[in-house]
Amino acid sequence: MTGLFSEVFLSALLFGAVTAAIPLLLAGLGEQMSEKAGVLNIGIEGMMLAGAYLGFVGAFYSGSLWLGFLTGIAGGVAVAAIMALLCVRIGLNQIVIGIALTLGLEGLTALLHHFQFSRSYPRLPAADATVIPLLSDIPIVGPAFFKHHLIVYLAVALVFGMTYLYRRTQLGLNLQAAGDKPAALDVAGIDVMRTRTIAVLTTGAMAGLGGAYLANVGAGLFIPFITNGAGFLGIVLAMLARGRPVWVLFGALLFGVCLSLTTAMQVAGINIPTDVIQMLPFLAVMIMLVLFGRRASLPAALGIPYERGAR
Amino acid sequence: MSNLSSSPADRRDIVALEGVTKRFPGIVANDSVDLSIRPGEVHVLLGENGAGKSTLIGMLSGLQQPDEGRILVDGKPMPITSPRHALALGIGTVFQHMMLVPTLTVAENLLLGGPWWQRPKTEELEARVAEITSSLGITVKLHAKVSELSLGEQQQVEILRAMVRNSRLLILDESTSMLTPKGIEELGALMRRLVEQGLAIVFITHKLKEAAAFGDRISVLKLGRKVGEIPPERFRALGEQEIISEIVELMFGQQKGDPEAVERPARAVQAEAAPLLRVVDLAVAPTDNAPGLSSISFDIRPGEILGIAGIDGNGQKQLAEALAGQRAATGGSVRLEDTPIEALSVGERRQRGLRYLTDDRLGEGTVGTFPVSINFFLKQVGAAPFWRGGVEQRAEIDRRASELVREYDVRTPSLKTPVARLSGGNIQKVLLARELAEGAKVVIFNKPTYGLDLANTLASRQRIRDTAARGLAVLLISTDLEELLSMCHRIAVIANGSLVGTVANTDDARTRVGRLMIGLAA
Repeated sequence: MTGLFSEVFLSALLFGAVTAAIPLLLAGLGEQMSEKAGVLNIGIEGMMLAGAYLGFVGAFYSGSLWLGFLTGIAGGVAVAAIMALLCVRIGLNQIVIGIALTLGLEGLTALLHHFQFSRSYPRLPAADATVIPLLSDIPIVGPAFFKHHLIVYLAVALVFGMTYLYRRTQLGLNLQAAGDKPAALDVAGIDVMRTRTIAVLTTGAMAGLGGAYLANVGAGLFIPFITNGAGFLGIVLAMLARGRPVWVLFGALLFGVCLSLTTAMQVAGINIPTDVIQMLPFLAVMIMLVLFGRRASLPAALGIPYERGAR
Repeated sequence: MSNLSSSPADRRDIVALEGVTKRFPGIVANDSVDLSIRPGEVHVLLGENGAGKSTLIGMLSGLQQPDEGRILVDGKPMPITSPRHALALGIGTVFQHMMLVPTLTVAENLLLGGPWWQRPKTEELEARVAEITSSLGITVKLHAKVSELSLGEQQQVEILRAMVRNSRLLILDESTSMLTPKGIEELGALMRRLVEQGLAIVFITHKLKEAAAFGDRISVLKLGRKVGEIPPERFRALGEQEIISEIVELMFGQQKGDPEAVERPARAVQAEAAPLLRVVDLAVAPTDNAPGLSSISFDIRPGEILGIAGIDGNGQKQLAEALAGQRAATGGSVRLEDTPIEALSVGERRQRGLRYLTDDRLGEGTVGTFPVSINFFLKQVGAAPFWRGGVEQRAEIDRRASELVREYDVRTPSLKTPVARLSGGNIQKVLLARELAEGAKVVIFNKPTYGLDLANTLASRQRIRDTAARGLAVLLISTDLEELLSMCHRIAVIANGSLVGTVANTDDARTRVGRLMIGLAA
């Protein structure tokens, strides 16, 4: 047990927590945007998988992580476009389509990976960290928080970008109206479908990036079902965050710590069955839902397709 | 809205409708309606529920498109394709149901609809709002959340929104329905100030007094058709009472060649027979969204049809539900064949022969996804012979259901068809078959022909007449005076939850009931 509270251990634990939190953060922020606009995006897990696979393939063949992120985003957006077409334009049931997309993408990415790489799991070179001068010299905190890939800082910056978007911009107002009272937005002269489509596509971009980060930076490789529920955790985060991006960040970090603990405790060789340790993040989800479930306040029109003049 | 002049050129129509027709499955909501809307005028659209007022508004505000006819804006034909287009044309609408986002502030709601790439121009808005509110003499809390405002305040915000967007035509759809009397007065004064600034206003209501008090021009709609118009010249020449009686004539008067016109019932009721249903001093407490009932007393003899007339929403539904046992009464007695039934449950009242045909055919009357056959026996679920030991007796149900389908002429593809797929008229037949089945003694019909086409309307009426002729007592609640006059022996008028008078259906019944309905003595 000596190693458990050493500086190195703590620092590694927190580093791992941040790494694990970033995909959840991106998924949560993306889901939050869809939900704000009134679309319950259950398909986000599928969007992340598409992002993870295409992101990995892009990075693997081009040798550039950044190009990988771009192809990942493209993958997420492509799946989101299907969702937008079916659920926003045509008005099909969001839950059914969302589940179908997630299951479909699980199969499709596994199949494509099998065709492409057969049974091998090639790895990407380790990602370059952007070391922040001075801050990274602080003991424990420095190596844990300030020696990450640039995309990590960008993702955190996105939290503040989204806060600004929701609070201060016209688009933010439109998104909220689309979720809370779409008919009011429509008679104000704004196309509800278009507003919701923008939200869903943006969700796809964020989820795709989150998936690509998970594969390219977090794991360094693609394996089928690599997201392992990250998208669903994002949905939980978005629901508990009450429309505030900064709460998504806190929640993602909390889950990140749990996920990181499972790895760290196994590495530290603690004498608890692995299965129990691996249960931790999901136990955390349940505890959070019990503690904060009631604070979830969802938009009034969440999950309801908009139809003009419907009575 | 800076247009204060009233030269002849400005008095031309801002918007005109020419022969506009709009159909929905099963009903004609608007039938060849002409309308001219001019600046500086409050144009009142008056009509009962279902007269087609809201559909007209839907077309003017770009939510719906006419099937026939055309809309002219500034004299030029102009299809209004979307709400955005309507706003761009200067048509602002305050809908019957609030169209504000409750979670946003007043200011944010007013900013909604700006170009998305711009930052909301809050300062500009504040200045503009200050300018408008001071000229109208209203105050608006810009930074309050909409959910914290009263309904009257929300409505002012909606009017303000139309003004901020430079509307030339303001449409107010049933805007007084949720206001207090004081709020209604304020709205009237506000409309006056707005038209003085050169705005055109279309004001939709079903209350005659408001129409007479606030209007410059009144168009009366009835069952989707425009049945008359009182132009401003005439409006000014008449006193309030004369206007009201003219409107009553338009709304309730008989039209020539009306296919629904039927001779008054000739058959006299035996006056000496003991009443089948006797109601004394029935009272129901008011709720948040429904008026209460007080001192309702009447009786109905075998073979008699008693009509309940009144403007919709004056306690008709509450009366029917209190009698059927679906709503708790706070006082009074209800006697069926001289047995008190006011303490009995819905099911027990039904067993004793009191039947209620709801006006909410799909919501309350039937289970839309259940087959036609089961819907016939919804009120006997679990009872023999259709259920035995908790098991559905399919053969028995189908046998009886097919008899009822034949007897009541229900047009259904099969007994297994979900009842919601049938037309309104056929759903009504299912309800009639169910409620008039064995043991019925007193039947309450609530708006039995509402929303039905002519053929089904006539069939339903005949069915009700036959019911009475069999010696049952019938309570017929309707907002269609024509219907009551053609069927009832006596007509009681309900207003604000009490019966204000009962009139025997004689030659002058039309005027006497009409006068009672608008609050004058018969």
